[in-house]
Amino acid sequence: MALPEKIHLEIVTPESHLFSGDVDSVTVPANTGYLGILPGHAPLLAELGIGEIEYTLDGKVEYLFCSWGFIEVLPERVVILAQAAEAGSDIDIKRAEEAKTRAEKILASASVDIDFDRAQLALIRAIYRLDAAKHKAAHR
Amino acid sequence: MANIRDIRRRITSAKNIQQITRAMKFVSAARLRKAQDRVIAARPYARQMVAVLNSLASRVPEQAHPLLATRGDDRIELVVITADRGLCGAYNTNIIRQALDFLVKNSDKQVGLNILGKRGRDFFRRRAYAVRNEAIGVLAQPTFADAAAIARDLIEVFTKGEKDQIWLVYNEFKSVVQQRVIMEPILPIQRLENPDDTARLDYLYDEPPAEIFANLLPRHVEAQIFRALLEAAASEQGARMAAMEAATNNAGEMIEGLTLHANKVRQAGITKELIEVVSGAVSTE
Repeated sequence: MALPEKIHLEIVTPESHLFSGDVDSVTVPANTGYLGILPGHAPLLAELGIGEIEYTLDGKVEYLFCSWGFIEVLPERVVILAQAAEAGSDIDIKRAEEAKTRAEKILASASVDIDFDRAQLALIRAIYRLDAAKHKAAHR
Repeated sequence: MANIRDIRRRITSAKNIQQITRAMKFVSAARLRKAQDRVIAARPYARQMVAVLNSLASRVPEQAHPLLATRGDDRIELVVITADRGLCGAYNTNIIRQALDFLVKNSDKQVGLNILGKRGRDFFRRRAYAVRNEAIGVLAQPTFADAAAIARDLIEVFTKGEKDQIWLVYNEFKSVVQQRVIMEPILPIQRLENPDDTARLDYLYDEPPAEIFANLLPRHVEAQIFRALLEAAASEQGARMAAMEAATNNAGEMIEGLTLHANKVRQAGITKELIEVVSGAVSTE
């Protein structure tokens, strides 16, 4: 059986329907590492962590920031249920930079009464947000 | 006969009220459009979530996830979603009536309340009901973070075993002029039924299915609460718009009636004066 050339991708978050269309490939930040999915992939279900979603639409790569979610790969479609996701071009770089410095400062302060996990997560989120925004800018 | 100045004064005040109600109607119409867009934007997520859960539920063996535990119905929590503001027709009354019905029907059990919205809070505060939690200011602009916080709290109470069931009562947005009060259980999560075709697929799992399932369930609760909040917010604007429209029309009718009355009074006055003048003239002849 010939493999299909494209896969139908849906990216939804609780607040919006971010993307719907036929793409050439998609890469997602699964909990166990980045997962690349090409047309004809076997059915799969995985949990997503914080990172970048990448998909190729008509030869052009698009980047999204993603923070927690699930991906379901079905024969005819791929569904990404993200808790939060933002297209690279929508990311407010200045705000992300600020969040990054803030988180770094908190982590560097090394006092006992900081919420270490929270600051660390904030830092990771900021870094990936910036990555997605920069990759997007570099590919323009 | 009524004093013409009194009638004029009433006309002026009716006009003022009409202006206010008309302005409120337009404000609600604008907000409604936004709220409606958000409800529509949130639907795909909720739908996909149910689809994924369905296909997982059939594959994960019947297992005792804490959110699926059925423990009878002795201690129930009712989450009541009302508006923060009034002037929206029967919106709040309908919700509160349903909540009271529920309380009466389950009077043999322990029912605690969890109230969102100022209207509901004020109502139940004046009466002796056990209110575990109350929050105001959520419905004006519900965010997913709000919904997640509420969900976390409910999940905690439920998994700790403090409550056996959690119900939700809110207004569902059917159309601009129509809202429907929905009363539904959210915890324990109802057994998912009728899995579709995807259920028969053989999945690859990145992690053990049971683990993914366990992580999905709380997300499902969050999505459900978020949807309820958005529905309620859109309904509130729809209800207020309809109520203000009716009020504007009523004020118009009232102004019409009063104007007619005022003119009659004015004419009667003129006629009376004329008669006086004429009869005065006649008597001097």
